[in-house]
Amino acid sequence: MSEAAPIDRGAGAVPGAPTFVEPGTPVVREEELTISPRQLMWIRFRRHRLAYASGIFLIVLYVLVIFAEFVSPYGTTTRNQAAINAPPMAVHFFDAEGNFHLRPFVYAYHMEVNPDTWMREYDEDTSRIIPIRFFARGERYKMWNLFYTDVHLFTTDEGGYIHLFGTDPLGRDMFSRVLYGGRISLSIGFVGVVMTIVFGITLGGLAGYLGGITDRGVNKVIEVLQCLPTLPLWMALSAALPVHWSPLLVYFGVTIILSLFGWTALARQVRGRFLALREEDFVMAARLMGADTPRVIRKHMLPSFMSHIIATATLAVPAMILGETALSFLGIGLRPPVVSWGVLLFQAQNPLVIEMTPWQMLPGLFVVLAVMAFNLLGDGLRDAADPYSTGGMK
Amino acid sequence: MRSYLASRLLGMIPTLAIISVIVFTVIQLPEGDIVSSMLDRLQAQGVDVTQEYVENLRSQYNLDKPMVLQYFYWAGNFLTGDMGYSILFNRPVNELVWERLGYTLSITISALLFTWIVALPIGIYSAVRQYTIGDYLMTTLALVGLATPPFLLALIFMHIGFTWFGISTGGLFSPEFEDAPWSIAKFGDMLVHIWLPMVIVGASGAAFTMRILRANLLDELNKPYVVTARAKGVSPAKLVIKYPVRIAINPFISNIGLMLPALISGEALVGMVMGLPTIGPLLLQSLLNQDMFLAGSLLMWLAALVVIGILISDLMLAWVDPRIRFE
Repeated sequence: MSEAAPIDRGAGAVPGAPTFVEPGTPVVREEELTISPRQLMWIRFRRHRLAYASGIFLIVLYVLVIFAEFVSPYGTTTRNQAAINAPPMAVHFFDAEGNFHLRPFVYAYHMEVNPDTWMREYDEDTSRIIPIRFFARGERYKMWNLFYTDVHLFTTDEGGYIHLFGTDPLGRDMFSRVLYGGRISLSIGFVGVVMTIVFGITLGGLAGYLGGITDRGVNKVIEVLQCLPTLPLWMALSAALPVHWSPLLVYFGVTIILSLFGWTALARQVRGRFLALREEDFVMAARLMGADTPRVIRKHMLPSFMSHIIATATLAVPAMILGETALSFLGIGLRPPVVSWGVLLFQAQNPLVIEMTPWQMLPGLFVVLAVMAFNLLGDGLRDAADPYSTGGMK
Repeated sequence: MRSYLASRLLGMIPTLAIISVIVFTVIQLPEGDIVSSMLDRLQAQGVDVTQEYVENLRSQYNLDKPMVLQYFYWAGNFLTGDMGYSILFNRPVNELVWERLGYTLSITISALLFTWIVALPIGIYSAVRQYTIGDYLMTTLALVGLATPPFLLALIFMHIGFTWFGISTGGLFSPEFEDAPWSIAKFGDMLVHIWLPMVIVGASGAAFTMRILRANLLDELNKPYVVTARAKGVSPAKLVIKYPVRIAINPFISNIGLMLPALISGEALVGMVMGLPTIGPLLLQSLLNQDMFLAGSLLMWLAALVVIGILISDLMLAWVDPRIRFE
């Protein structure tokens, strides 16, 4: 990490201030010359096309899982007896005779038991068309646990069914379960990072600002925590969560466990910034002009490293998501009936599952995509926040 | 160099002490203690126990003493090489740990070597041929590698091994060598099996190192001395290998400290999925069965491995980089 100089806040760029323009000079509008650091950061970030795309992907993903009840056609426990371990369905516009349908449709499953393996085998029954209805009434659900409704983004008529990602061994819709699971997995990353930020800023800030013995103490703790193998400790702590806890308590327990060891990187950064900024001229100037310590920190120091904190925090999310997934996968994190990506993968522990029903690994694909997007977004934010980076503008 | 070594060795002591406190706290967290889980076990077998017997057991394990004292008993015994008794396996913890520590160590070290062997050429290639198809391919692969949880990778590899090569890829040995005494044939059999966990555990580390090497080398390649050397007609291969790579390679050593915890964590996870005879699966079992002496010793050993590894990497770095030695 390069040590960043304070960002030039553009002292001459007071909006609306009268400026003397010498006659004959070409007229340059002021806003073209001066842009705020935030705008500069945004421009740099926009040029990072992969990071920008990742950001949009994540926003879409979060919106989908926030509205999981509405987007998914079924609940997490609804079982379809006609489709046990059924493969994903393809959405069609053209039927078997080649006729075009404006309304997309899926074919019903045609199930046969293989006489050799005794496995259920499915293919499309091209004689039974199930049209997809948008914003139509389907299964009744309670939106955000607040009010009852039965309108879904897409569903089928009574008697039909749609399983875009196939079904699990109990005939539950994988698409719906992946969405609900994403709500837990993605929010654990988010809540965990918020806690990480609180821990990191408080401890890092204290160490950097107070210095002396506090600094040495916090540093030692960070040093020790960073050389602990996290997963075994996470395992030990999750195993210590009481069995009789409600799912909500377990959820917060796991989140706290994950952020307990995750704050060190952030605290180190914050401490470094505090140490560097304490000596800067603009901090000195603010102090000489009579600003008290909270104001100096809030108004002058915090803004100049807030962007770094956001970038570091973004890069801390993947570790949280991977941690939750690993713990639940081992059966010591979240447990059914809670649905998370890790819990879903718990069912897919056996390599035979990949052989027979590979679509059960789809939650894993979502983990990989989400983690990759967060990594890319974090890289882009970090580059954009670094005043020395060219951000592709050589 | 000698004083540096001494100060580093002394610095390890408080670190290990703090870790032991953390580990002891963690294993005390679950409700109940070793005696209560022992009694549960006995009661499940239909054995009646007297109050006196329970009191005896409690004092035998020092559970009637204050917590602080219990810690010192535990830590003291650990230092003298007595790690307690596993109620789950009915064997001394020492035996269980020594059986498995070697495998954990060999997989972790071979994964680290794999990381370097893969990351070095790919990192150099990606930096020298920046923005070519090969570079894009490698950086994309690295991104995916970083984002894939090791257990998922293990499942996929096991599936590939099973369907394409028809081999069962779990474990470290073929069934016929499982309980056999050590021989050259058994060692050869282990080498056949160890590469898979090695690749899986090392994958994300390789991706991480490759990205760092690429970034460092790119910084280095734009420096004036490289331009000068190029202008003077130094051959392209020599130009890259002789100086920039030697500077960019530093993180290979300094990142051991960052990578070891991740490698050990990854090894524990992969060990559980693939059923390896390493510490990870044993830890999971001991935690699920509340066998706290065993769990505590395993946690302590895993942490100690990392601390020792970091010490070695610091010494290597001091040996390679005089700036650190003479500080």
